[in-house]
Amino acid sequence: MFAIYKKELRSYFINAIGYVYVGVFLAAAALMCCYTTLISKTYDTGTYFTMLLFSFIILIPLLTMKLFAEEKKLRTEQLLMTAPVSIWGMVLGKFFAAATLFVGTVLVSCINLFPLYVYANTERLSQDAQVFRIGPSTPEIISCVIGVILIGLAFISIGLFVSSLTENQLAAAVITVAIILVMLILGIVNEFIHVYAIRFVIDWISIASRFTNFTTGILDYSAILYYLSISGVFLLLTVRVYDKRRWG
Amino acid sequence: MIKIEHLVKNYGTNCAVDDISFEVKKGEIVGLLGPNGAGKSTTMNILTGYLSATSGSVSIAGFNVLDNPMEAKKHIGYLPEQPPLYMDMTVEEYLIFNYNLKGCKLNRTKHLEEICDVVKIRDVYHRVIKNLSKGYRQRVGIAQALIGSPEVIIFDEPTVGLDPKQIIEVRNLLRNLGRDHTVILSTHILQEVQAVCDRIVIINKGKIVANELTENITRAVENTRRFQIKICGPQKEVLAMLRAKSGIVSAEVLSQRDGDAYTYTIESEVGVDIRKNLFYTLAEKNWPLIGMEALGMSLEDIFIAIVDQSSNKKKYERRSTKGRTKVEQEIAKNILEKTTAQDSDGFSALFDSDDNKKN
Repeated sequence: MFAIYKKELRSYFINAIGYVYVGVFLAAAALMCCYTTLISKTYDTGTYFTMLLFSFIILIPLLTMKLFAEEKKLRTEQLLMTAPVSIWGMVLGKFFAAATLFVGTVLVSCINLFPLYVYANTERLSQDAQVFRIGPSTPEIISCVIGVILIGLAFISIGLFVSSLTENQLAAAVITVAIILVMLILGIVNEFIHVYAIRFVIDWISIASRFTNFTTGILDYSAILYYLSISGVFLLLTVRVYDKRRWG
Repeated sequence: MIKIEHLVKNYGTNCAVDDISFEVKKGEIVGLLGPNGAGKSTTMNILTGYLSATSGSVSIAGFNVLDNPMEAKKHIGYLPEQPPLYMDMTVEEYLIFNYNLKGCKLNRTKHLEEICDVVKIRDVYHRVIKNLSKGYRQRVGIAQALIGSPEVIIFDEPTVGLDPKQIIEVRNLLRNLGRDHTVILSTHILQEVQAVCDRIVIINKGKIVANELTENITRAVENTRRFQIKICGPQKEVLAMLRAKSGIVSAEVLSQRDGDAYTYTIESEVGVDIRKNLFYTLAEKNWPLIGMEALGMSLEDIFIAIVDQSSNKKKYERRSTKGRTKVEQEIAKNILEKTTAQDSDGFSALFDSDDNKKN
């Protein structure tokens, strides 16, 4: 499993795709951070993180599209399947490689929030009076980062699953984009629905609406469990795809 | 070392492998032969655990591939039909990846160096696989299969795409590997099988139609006598005489005519040398024999005969009068019968008795 993990991580940076992903992610995050906090003159980072989720629509498929599709096209999956590595080992190796790059980039993008702290410091000095609270809320940021990472991992496992279904990278990317888009947009669509029952169900399913708790600094266990289960279910499905192909 | 029992693989309603059983002993080189779509690759994929069998069992070095895949796979080196290469890696990176993937415990630098020397890829060691020629890619694929020095090595058409010199090198390599590894290879090239393998297993339409030691088949080929002879004399009478003569299985006249001489092809019975006898007979009749040429029978002919007979007897018989000769037919039939009857000595016994007759 570790060999596959290493190989995948390395291959992100042999091809341009790893650099493109990191570059676009950091640029988009910086831009969104500027608009949602500095230009909007607020210390509230909730909007920034919510917008970050929407950038995943394009960014996560970049990471996951080739993971299995390329192996299938080059017939190299035969090598992995006949090596003394279990299917779980193969799937998790790939998942963790994508996850490492993703989590790493998210953590690096936290640099964007430092200007807020710097501004808060100067503002606090300039005001003589003891203002109750100036500056961004650190617990809120931490809970948001945790939420964003968990949602990203869920999306990665969805992308991984889609990639295992096709040998065309482009098809894998497009389908993943569609799925992530639907999952994120559900929350917005919900506001236009007036039937309570439907709203309740969609609200329960929606990834974005569960994220609102995180933006207020609440570590919502049910949401964490929900995101982790999505990852788990799609990883399991990917394993099943390979299991089934053997028997096909 | 390898034990295959009643292996069946269905793709939907299509039966790719139909009840195959055979065993490969330690240190044996077995050639898997068969026309396209016969089920060779499927069999190999099942052996290596890439596919699962519909029913039946496969065990490698005592480990069942289905029940204990991890242990079984540790004992296998596999080169699929299309070498599984990552085009954007260098040869070095690729081999190191495989070394790690297989969890190999040998000294890495030394082991990889040895393998590179064996398959002669030292000079491309630091190049990107994408830029290598097909022959080199194939060799990198072979190198990959040798990593970890597995006890069982399975090659699916290892010499495809290599130049003649490389083919000979790979054959020598296979022969050397056969000394301390068990090797299964599939191929279309019959000389290869003849040159390398201890035993030949012929598969057609998912069934084993022959499972025979190479030397037996080679002997069968050598024992056949087919001649092209040129005789001056009345065509019909000569032909009648040839057909009536004991020891001759068949005689045909060819359309070539050279003065008053006609060319005939004759086949003698297996193990009977009729040349002298024929000469005296012709001399008696006063029909000068002005040319005689032995026509070799190739392994190909036997292979085609076996496959044809196993797939469709009627079709085969119809064609046989034109193309195949009776002796080939006979040999193919014997091999087929032997395989069907599971009578281990039938085939060899046939030729033993012929040898006795000759002596």
